[in-house]
Amino acid sequence: MTDWPILSTVTFLPLIGALLILFIRDDNEQARQNIRTVALLATIFTFLLSLGIWLSFDESNPGFQMVEQMSWLGSGISYHMGVDGISMLFVILTTFLMPICILASRESIKTRVKEYMIAFLILETLVVGVFCALDIVLFYIFFEGGLIPMFLIIGVWGGKRRIYASYKFFIYTFLGSVLMLIAIMAMYWAAGTTSIPELLRFNFPASMQGWLWFAFLASFAVKMPMWPVHTWLPDAHVEAPTAGSVILAGILLKLGGYGMIRFSLPMFPLASADFAPLIYTLSVVAIIYTSLVALMQEDIKKLIAYSSVAHMGFVTMGIFAANVQGVQGAIFQMLSHGLVSGALFLCVGVVYDRMHTREIAAYGGLVSRMPVYAAVFMILTMANIGLPGTSGFIGEFLTLIGVYQANSWVAIFAALGMILSAAYALWLYRRVIFGALEKESLRSILDLSRREKILLYPLVVLVIFFGVYPMPIFNATAASVEAVVNSYSAAVQASQSVATVR
Amino acid sequence: MYPTIVLLPLVGFLVAGLFGRSIGVKASEYVTTGFLLVSMILSWIAFFSFGGETVRVSLLHWIQSGGVDLDWSLRIDRLTLVMLVVVTTVSALVHVYSIGYMHHDPHRPRFFAYLSFFTFSMLMLVTANNLVQMFFGWEGVGLASYLLIGFWYTRPSACAAAMKAFIVNRVGDFGFTLGIFGIFVLFGSVNFDTIFAGAAGMAAELGHAGEGATTAETVFTFAGTSFTAAGALTVICLLLFMGAMGKSAQIGLHTWLPDAMEGPTPVSALIHAATMVTAGVFMLARMSPLFELSPTALGFVTFIGGTTAIFAATVGLVQNDIKRVIAYSTCSQLGYMFVALGVGSYGAAIFHLFTHAFFKALLFLGAGAVIHAVSDEQDMRKMGGLRKHIPITYWMMIVGTLALTGFPLTSGYYSKDAIIESAFVSHNAFAMYGFVMTVVAALLTSFYSWRLIFMTFHGKPRASAEVMHHVHESPMVMLVPLGVLALGAIFAGLVFTGRFIGSGYEAFWNAALYTGPENEVLHEMHGIPFLIGILPFLMMLIGFAVAWFFYIRSPSTPRSLAERYPGLYRFLLNKWYFDELYDRVFVRPAKRLGRFLWKTGDGTVIDGLGPDGVSARVVDIAGRVIRLQSGYIYHYAFAMLIGVVLLVTWMTVAGAN
Repeated sequence: MTDWPILSTVTFLPLIGALLILFIRDDNEQARQNIRTVALLATIFTFLLSLGIWLSFDESNPGFQMVEQMSWLGSGISYHMGVDGISMLFVILTTFLMPICILASRESIKTRVKEYMIAFLILETLVVGVFCALDIVLFYIFFEGGLIPMFLIIGVWGGKRRIYASYKFFIYTFLGSVLMLIAIMAMYWAAGTTSIPELLRFNFPASMQGWLWFAFLASFAVKMPMWPVHTWLPDAHVEAPTAGSVILAGILLKLGGYGMIRFSLPMFPLASADFAPLIYTLSVVAIIYTSLVALMQEDIKKLIAYSSVAHMGFVTMGIFAANVQGVQGAIFQMLSHGLVSGALFLCVGVVYDRMHTREIAAYGGLVSRMPVYAAVFMILTMANIGLPGTSGFIGEFLTLIGVYQANSWVAIFAALGMILSAAYALWLYRRVIFGALEKESLRSILDLSRREKILLYPLVVLVIFFGVYPMPIFNATAASVEAVVNSYSAAVQASQSVATVR
Repeated sequence: MYPTIVLLPLVGFLVAGLFGRSIGVKASEYVTTGFLLVSMILSWIAFFSFGGETVRVSLLHWIQSGGVDLDWSLRIDRLTLVMLVVVTTVSALVHVYSIGYMHHDPHRPRFFAYLSFFTFSMLMLVTANNLVQMFFGWEGVGLASYLLIGFWYTRPSACAAAMKAFIVNRVGDFGFTLGIFGIFVLFGSVNFDTIFAGAAGMAAELGHAGEGATTAETVFTFAGTSFTAAGALTVICLLLFMGAMGKSAQIGLHTWLPDAMEGPTPVSALIHAATMVTAGVFMLARMSPLFELSPTALGFVTFIGGTTAIFAATVGLVQNDIKRVIAYSTCSQLGYMFVALGVGSYGAAIFHLFTHAFFKALLFLGAGAVIHAVSDEQDMRKMGGLRKHIPITYWMMIVGTLALTGFPLTSGYYSKDAIIESAFVSHNAFAMYGFVMTVVAALLTSFYSWRLIFMTFHGKPRASAEVMHHVHESPMVMLVPLGVLALGAIFAGLVFTGRFIGSGYEAFWNAALYTGPENEVLHEMHGIPFLIGILPFLMMLIGFAVAWFFYIRSPSTPRSLAERYPGLYRFLLNKWYFDELYDRVFVRPAKRLGRFLWKTGDGTVIDGLGPDGVSARVVDIAGRVIRLQSGYIYHYAFAMLIGVVLLVTWMTVAGAN
């Protein structure tokens, strides 16, 4: 196993699927069916293979594992892959959600099926690449490359205002990344390497850390998204097709948080410590502000999109609390949110496919006709609220307890989000599911089909499983998170002792 | 055995919830009810065979992150066992009763699944060995309560009440979670054993002097303020108490409980009278090693408890919905329990919890039988004269009322008087306030309880002939649970007084409840003056007499009183205007703020200055550039000429230097 480049295989396997699809030239129903099947098989196979990463992962090793390195592009830039406890589970999350996305698009996508599936497969390669890349240039290529397929998915297969939404998405994310690129160049000139493990060991001078930190933040904050650069997200979600929303909320939003744990915190610890109050403030504003906004939404998808922003506020807050609970809670929150929000967007897709509207007012009383759907939606709503026993609770609880130790004010304000999330989520549930079924258009609505059950049940089971027994995730992340937190506090302490000596 | 007690209801829930449709209604009912009965029998066996040593059963590793290390585990001591017995008994009886009560409902599998899920969550709550698992149960019962209040989901009022219950409870949970965080910071763990050991260490440190004489060392900061050990404990206790206030419907966070009566009546009996609402009382008793160290927090608890007792009793005086009267009565009785906790009489609080579970569940289920008899009418103004038609229900309700009002030798007599007496002898800052409030509330309790009986069962029938024609006694499956509860309501006090608060106290509780070395409430209680001792009894008699006069002797008096004091009457009828106040202060501003942040914050400001603004500027500039391309040769020639002139000018000027 050690010689076999499993990470590269997992990363590029979807591309092979895309190539195969490219060869299917006919444009009839049979061909479209074949395309869907090939895409599904490619993603399922990738997922199964990626489980091998988890199985052969050494949980006691805090460093990078399954490392592959080849020289590439000269001047020290190399093709360098590897995973540690922080990135490994995101790889699995990505490969797990992809087959679900492909299957979710089976009936709702009828035009340009070939291009659509190819876009998704390329996206998978790029996202897995982001989490595996151990060279900062390689990271940047994957990170930015992911923009393009997502941009196309929204822009081509989206709703009515898709062009506006995709441009907004592109402008926001692209402007942020330009600054990151400049920072990457500066880091190369300072440290003389683009290898992430070496950069992690390099001590950037305090004077540099500040603006490097901000340059990275510009990119990560948009991806998260943090308040106030979040306004692209509701529009992107509303216009994106269901599977696009799942991938956007489930995986692309995690790139920012991953970047913060991988770069901001360990490479620029002094700046992280200095600017943590800024992050706290933005996080708390995000939690309260977007929860209040979510309360007033009239579009189901927009409401869930705003709730995503609020949940990401817990992540940023936890990361910069910079203790084990905070960072582990943030990772857990991201993984859990990937499952929960992905499943919630699938739920929206279920009724959208039937009624072709996302207006909350168009629904009501669905429980009478769709009891199974109502039950699934209820469990997911509770996970979204962070009810103990669901995965949503663990992340919220740990990030709060982490940040409480750093600054109790932040925890107090963030805990208000608990009340507000209950308000908007239950208000949504009541208007869509509860009540009498009075609308003529809903009289013949059908409950979940077999395909929809196959999509949703695994997610529901995992949401409860990781709420009751989250230990597999803690075991996998503990060593690496502890290493990050220790090196962070060592750096901060060293600088403080220097300051006192002076 | 202990895991079986807790997990059987979970199995019942899963069977009825997942397979209810395929196995059918009858099977769902029998499976859930059967499991609960087994669970109940095992609980009583456990209760009587308990050795005294705390038992800990670890089930599964739950969370491990740095210093946070938690198991799913059970902690069995006397406090847990009392709760186990109460919860499983009432729950099993309610399951049985529901087979009859919900007979006409098509959604019975769902109903029984929810009931069993509730019971499981409640058992997890009371058996928790750490605060986070307790919080799991705490939120689980909240969810079950939400689902059951909204069980008849086609009624808008039921949906609204369900949401209100969940959200108001979340306000309390806000305090509870912050309290948990505080405890973690202070003690380095959320496991009870560590917390109690830490608290014992602190008690030794604080000495007998209490809060006054402590080391001034800061151990804890909260909300930007530094606290010494004693101050930290007070802050934590107050935060925890905030959670208890939400769950146990204490004044301020009580508004959800009356509305919760939208749920089916068996639910009101189980969740909103006997078990879930007492979770706050249980939590404070469990955390007695902490509360005992903070006189300030205990004073506050007494104050809130006393205020709730009197507030809810006054509102109960004028309500006309039979279930709402009992709901306010529950609220008021919970106030009694908090008074007992506040004055350090934890045994009396749990004793009242224990007896209250019997007689209040009895009253609710009796009310359910009444509602069942009069074709789902709940307004007492449309009842009356039912005594002859449903005699068994009538006598059951009488038993419940006697116990609630504290008639001698019934269970309520022992537990309620114990609370009033311990408030009298306590040295707590608010003890006298608590004493006065509970005594007055005893009078009001007696009045509204007998008012309920007289309006419902006595006088002339006020229901239509059609309804009266259909009035019938309930089936055995509903009457038997009433009978069992009636036995409990009568004899629970007689049998258990000695153990809960009397001479058997030490042997019975065996350190499950902590009392500080200077806490002598239970001993001093026996030395109270005779007049104080019979005061609650006198209050009960007066209340009965007034109710009899108002509703039997001279039925026109209440109306003329209401007309003479319309302001007071409306104030009570509208429940002191809490709902209106909260709507003005919280609900509407939150909505307005949400809309403002969305339209103005996101729309005008962020998008306006951000992407939309930028693209608008780009379009703007592009538009101007387009205007330059006019297509006329002379425009271009003129522009070129200007360019050449500028270029030449610049070259001559630059060249000159």
